[in-house]
Amino acid sequence: MKRILASIAVAGGLAAMTAAHAGEIVIGQMTDRTGPTANVGNPVGDGAQDYIDLINSQGGINGHTIRLVEVDNQYKVPPAVEGYQRFKSEGAVLVGLFGTPITQALTADLQKDKIPATTPGFGTALAADGNAFPYLFPAAASYWSQAGAAVEYAKQQMGGLKGKKIAYLFYDNPAGREGLPVLRKLSELEGYTLNEFPVPAPGIEMDNQARDIARRFRADFVISHLFGRAPSVQINALKRAGFPLEKVVSFVWGASEADVAAAGGFEAAEGYAGLQFAGVGDDFQVRRDIKAMLKAQGKEARESMSSTVFYNRGLLISALHVEALRNAVAANGGKADVTGTQVRDGFHAIKDFSLGGLLPPLNLGGGDHEGGGWVRVFKVTKTGFEPATEWFKGYRDVVFELIKEESAKMKN
Amino acid sequence: MFHRESGYYKTTYASDSALYPLPIARFTVAGFAILFFVVAPLLVSSYYLTILNLVGIAIVGALGLNILVGLTGQISIGHAAFMSVGAYTAANLATRFDLPFWITLPAGGLMAAAIGIIVGFPSVRIKGLYLAISTLAAQFIIDWIIVHTPAISGGFQASIQVPRPSVFGIVLDTQRELYMFILVTAVLAIVIALNIARSRIGRAFIAIRDQDIAAEILGIDVRRYKLMAFAISSFYAGVAGVLYTYYSGVANNEFFPLVVSIDYLAMVIIGGMGSVLGAIFGATFVTLLPIAIDLFMTAVGPYLIEDAGALSGIKSHMRLVVFGGLIMFFLVVEPEGLNRLWLNIRSYFRVWPFSY
Repeated sequence: MKRILASIAVAGGLAAMTAAHAGEIVIGQMTDRTGPTANVGNPVGDGAQDYIDLINSQGGINGHTIRLVEVDNQYKVPPAVEGYQRFKSEGAVLVGLFGTPITQALTADLQKDKIPATTPGFGTALAADGNAFPYLFPAAASYWSQAGAAVEYAKQQMGGLKGKKIAYLFYDNPAGREGLPVLRKLSELEGYTLNEFPVPAPGIEMDNQARDIARRFRADFVISHLFGRAPSVQINALKRAGFPLEKVVSFVWGASEADVAAAGGFEAAEGYAGLQFAGVGDDFQVRRDIKAMLKAQGKEARESMSSTVFYNRGLLISALHVEALRNAVAANGGKADVTGTQVRDGFHAIKDFSLGGLLPPLNLGGGDHEGGGWVRVFKVTKTGFEPATEWFKGYRDVVFELIKEESAKMKN
Repeated sequence: MFHRESGYYKTTYASDSALYPLPIARFTVAGFAILFFVVAPLLVSSYYLTILNLVGIAIVGALGLNILVGLTGQISIGHAAFMSVGAYTAANLATRFDLPFWITLPAGGLMAAAIGIIVGFPSVRIKGLYLAISTLAAQFIIDWIIVHTPAISGGFQASIQVPRPSVFGIVLDTQRELYMFILVTAVLAIVIALNIARSRIGRAFIAIRDQDIAAEILGIDVRRYKLMAFAISSFYAGVAGVLYTYYSGVANNEFFPLVVSIDYLAMVIIGGMGSVLGAIFGATFVTLLPIAIDLFMTAVGPYLIEDAGALSGIKSHMRLVVFGGLIMFFLVVEPEGLNRLWLNIRSYFRVWPFSY
């Protein structure tokens, strides 16, 4: 008990030292640098930090500096709950979340405290409905939109879906299963046969599923939704089973540089395609600006910059935050003391924001907090990722109808 | 008033069975009660109450595992799964039947206890590592069943939004209100655990832990008590799960992965197996230490490393290193855990300054 008190006293002193200053805007950013998704969390965290540094080096927002408070939640709920309260005590008006369970755990509190949060690539698909979740901004394609887009891509590749066989290879947890309602509904509408191939945790063994897909079910196309080490295992398992990688499209967490490297490099994984909600690669103005800034400060570019898939998503997160804050500060007469509700309206005011092609043209107004559910397919070539499509949305009407149905169910 | 014990002068049964026979112990407990019930909610800021809330929930869970691992000598790596059972039971009752927390809280515990008895059955025949593996299986089986049964999990996302608890029409949704809710539950859990340990049941548990054949010869129904230990332990886990659910407003199976089971086992071992105070120390230590390290490094770090980006990476990894290092340090200094460390300090000062 004494231990508790002593640490409270120590921690109290520390918190007092770091309280918000005037002319400063505080963003709370969660990451997972040491937990099960650390391979994502580190580059995402670095990207988010570097973008804020870039904005600050250019004079901040209307002269106000942005302070990024980062908390590593280790993909666990208790540290995230603690971290969120720390953000609040430091005066954060905007929170970047990380992790689906964390999003679930904080949704009620965010709503009550009127603090907007971004959840790109995780959380519930229902959060796209801005009326049901006014303070959550997925701002990137949810699993439902990804499912719609994957089917759209399969349709383009095969030139029609009638009578085709599609295999859904997914990690058997709630996030993995989330694509199912859309895929099932679309199979009724489009007349393809859907077969589901769950992969149990930890997802490092899927030769059975791959053989089943290639030999027994004889799938025409594979849509896969895997996490962690599973995507790289999948690439090799499908190859061993003799299934062509050109007929595979992965959801957003299954196609990064790390996955390809673990599968044996770009040559080995050639043809494998993945959906992305932020641009992939190095050829973007914002990345050049960051490199120039680091050089001017005499620092080396971070290693994580070469993990472009995830690093660019970190840039996306902070870029959205900065845009929302810019709009909020402008609406507040240029002063830094914006409230959470003003920042929420700042998100709503984001219009056709694309960060020099790194993002799809995002619009977060009009009740669609997903910003349209845009994705772009990037294909593995011998030398790296190449875009295989433009930014597109798949079956937006069907997906949004499902969202409305489900969120209506929740209210009852 | 500050006089210490000398000799054995108990003349009534009541004084013999008092939980705190010494006045100084009663004053200390009263002091802590005032501190936590009056001073903390009035003076402590909402951020630090959050930390106390997390500690409180962890204490409830750790007390339960301590009864199983520390008192009865059985092992369970499925503790988090029982929390999950409690969470979903309460969430379903609260959302489908609009039941208040004072029904859902014990109901979540009872459901977890029922599942705990089933999972505990192998303990009748197997011990030690074998039992560990069978409870590990339970962790995955329970998780799988919850996720794949929409009737339990509430749909494809396996998460159920639960309204916050309310008392006399007041919805407990600030950290301060939830603090009182968790504090009362945790205090009840502590008092019950203290009394279990010194009742017939607790003594039977200890007899089984020390030598199960001898316990059987003494007339203890080993099977019954082992299953009872599983039931009580799971009840506590279930209650902790319900607390999590009300605390965050949602029941979600991803709150309770395997690593949480390991965390609770760590709390019991670090705190000191078999003592209630040890479980409290352990839960406090394991919950608080990473936060304290993080706050410390956030404050000190900028003076050591200028680059904020690099700092946040180093900080999180250092936290793991320091956390692991401190656990090793404390266990090397005192293998029997924090509780023994505390007892050593206490017995030193009990006779101070005449320590010869």
